[in-house]
Amino acid sequence: MIASKAPATAVDGPVIEAVNLKQHFVLRRGPFLPPQVVRAVDGVSFRLPRAQTLAVVGESGCGKSTLARMITMIDPPTSGDLLLQGRPVSEIAPRIRRQTVQMIFQNPFGSLNPRKRVGQILEEPLIVNGEGDREQRREKALLMMSKVGLRPDQYDRYPHMFSGGQRQRIAIARSLMLNPRVVIADEPVSALDVSIQAQVLNLLMDLQDEFGVAYLFISHDLSVVRHIARDVIVMYLGRAVEHGPRDLLFQEPRHPYTRALLAATPMVAPHLRRADRVPMGELPSPLNPPSGCPYHKRCPYTTTLCTTDLPVLRPVAGRLVACHHADELDPMAPVPVS
Amino acid sequence: MALLEIRNLSVEFATRTGTFRAVDGIDLTVDAGDVVGLVGESGSGKSVTSLALMGLIGRNGRITADRMDFDGRDMRTLSPRERRRLTGKDVAMVFQEPMSSLNPCFTIGFQIIESLRAHERLDRRAARRRAVELLEQVGIPAAESRMSAYPHQLSGGMNQRVMIAMAISCNPRLLIADEPTTALDVTIQKQILDLLVDLQRQRGMALVLITHDMGVVAETAHRVVVMYAGQVVETRAVDELFVHPRHRYTGALLDALPERALGRRRLPTIPGMVPGISDRPQGCLFNPRCAFVQEKCRRETVPLIADETGIARCFFPIESEGGPSA
Repeated sequence: MIASKAPATAVDGPVIEAVNLKQHFVLRRGPFLPPQVVRAVDGVSFRLPRAQTLAVVGESGCGKSTLARMITMIDPPTSGDLLLQGRPVSEIAPRIRRQTVQMIFQNPFGSLNPRKRVGQILEEPLIVNGEGDREQRREKALLMMSKVGLRPDQYDRYPHMFSGGQRQRIAIARSLMLNPRVVIADEPVSALDVSIQAQVLNLLMDLQDEFGVAYLFISHDLSVVRHIARDVIVMYLGRAVEHGPRDLLFQEPRHPYTRALLAATPMVAPHLRRADRVPMGELPSPLNPPSGCPYHKRCPYTTTLCTTDLPVLRPVAGRLVACHHADELDPMAPVPVS
Repeated sequence: MALLEIRNLSVEFATRTGTFRAVDGIDLTVDAGDVVGLVGESGSGKSVTSLALMGLIGRNGRITADRMDFDGRDMRTLSPRERRRLTGKDVAMVFQEPMSSLNPCFTIGFQIIESLRAHERLDRRAARRRAVELLEQVGIPAAESRMSAYPHQLSGGMNQRVMIAMAISCNPRLLIADEPTTALDVTIQKQILDLLVDLQRQRGMALVLITHDMGVVAETAHRVVVMYAGQVVETRAVDELFVHPRHRYTGALLDALPERALGRRRLPTIPGMVPGISDRPQGCLFNPRCAFVQEKCRRETVPLIADETGIARCFFPIESEGGPSA
C-alpha cells in the first residue's frame, strides 16, 4: 500500500477556515446596459476542525453549492480568505490542494464515468497525482472498496451494473483515495431511498472515524443534517442567517428562517413537528434582493427596521444569528398568526 | 360505495428477459373525501399503479384486475373514447416533475384552457376566465398576467401550482398526486401540500398521494398503503401505522429514518435493496432483507392477514409497540 503522506503540513487548527468568503457573478445584460452583480455568496465565515462535520442547509438558490465550489476552488472566491490547514489556498500548489479537498456529488448516476470500470474510476485520482505503481494502485483501490462495502470481484464492473446506493459508495471511495483532509459532500444522500440513505450515512460516519476526514455536508434535508452534523450553518440568499452547534439550532432556533425550515420539514413523529407557520412566497431573486434583511418579505416578525437595515451576524444564546429581533423572539413560542 | 375500488390489479411489462410484474395483485379502496398515502421505495410499483389507474400504461404493459371500478363504473370495459372522457375530468393527476410535465412550447394559460375546452366545452372567453380563477385559487400572484408566461419563466413551485390548477380545472372527484413535492424545497413543499389538502377539503375530492417520504405521508394522509416490490404489504390508518407498524418492512423503514434515531449515532439499516426484475425471491418478497426471517417466510407466499386495525402481509408481524419480537 502507498504510504499515506499528508498532503499538506498537518496542524491542529481547523482544516478549513473561511473568512468572509464572497462569490459575486457579473452578468452582462447587453452592450448598453450596466452589468448586474449576483451576490451568490456574500460573506460566509466558518472554521471546520479535523474529523468534524459542518452542515450547510438552505433552499435551492441560497448559495450552498456555490460555497462548495469555492472551497474546492472550482470557482475561486471573488474575495475573502480561505485557509487550508492554516495556509492561504493561494500559496498551496493546486495539486496538493486537490489532494486535500475532495468532493462527493449529489447524483451518483451522473458523477461516475459510464465507460470506466470501478477499478479505473478509483485509481484515476492516483494516476493523475502520480501515486504508486500499477500494483499499489490496484491494492489501494481494492482496500478502499472493502472499506465502503464493495466486493473485490466488483473491481471490473461498470457503474451501470450498480444500484444508486452502491454507486454512491463508489463515489465516496473515490473521494477518499487520496487521503483528503476534507470531503465536500453536496447532497450525498438526497437521491437515495430511505433504507439506502441510512446505510450511506452510517458509512460516512464510519469513514470519518477511521480516516479523520472532515465533512462539509451540504443538504436541504434537516433530519439528515441533524443526524450527521456537529455544527450547522443556515444560509439564505447567499448569507449565513444562523450558525452554531446542531442541538442549539434544532432545539431553540433563533432565526425566523431556521424556525420556518424546521416547521416545513415533514416529520413522522407528531412531537417533533413544530407549530410555526411556513414562510410565505418563494426565495427572492438574487438578482434583485430585497432591501434590509433579505428574509423580511417572508418573515412573520418583520418590522420597519428589517426593511431598511441589513442585520449582521452576532452572537445570541450560544450561536450566531443575523436577525434584529433574535433576542426578543422566544425560541419556543409559536408564531403569531397575522 | 367506494369511489375507487380496485381488486387484484397487476401490471406486467414484456421485456427482453421475459415478463416483469411491476404491480402484483394490489387492492386499493378510496372513498370520496379520503386521503390515501401510497408509500414505498423506488421500484415498489407505486407510480405504475397510478399510471394504470389513469390508463397511461404504454403498449408493452398489460393490466389485469378482478375489479376496477370508479364511481360504480367498470373501468376495464370502457372504450378508449369513454376512458379519455373520464381521465383528466373525474380522475386527474399531478406528476412529479412540473418542469418536464408542462409543455415548454405553450403558455401556461393555453395549457389550462386546453383541458377546460376539451372537457367542459367552454367557449374561449369563459375558459380563459375560469383559467385565471384557477390560477388565483392555487395561489399564483398576478394570475392574469401569468397566463401568458411559459413554464421556463416560472419557478418549480409555481409550475407545480400550475399543474395542480390544471388537474383541478374540471372538478375531479379523484386526484392522484405522484410525488408532487419531491423536486421542491421544503418550504415550497409545505405550501404545495397545504394547498392540496385545502383543495381536497373544500371540494371533497379523494386524494391519492404517492410518495417515498414518510414524513409527508404522516402529516398529510388519513390512511396509508405501504408497497414493496409491487405488492401491498401493509394498510392502516395513519396514526396507527406510524405508532405501531405490523409489517417488518414498514417497521424497518421507519427505524431507518434519522428522526427516529435522535441521540443515537448509527442508524438502523435494511441490508440489500428492493428486488429487481430478475431477483424476486421465493416466499415473502422481503425475506432476504428481513432481520426476523423464519423458514416459513422463505417457503410460503404470504397472504394479506387482517388484524384489529388493518392488514399486513407478514407471518410474524411486530407484536407490540416498542420491542420488536420475532
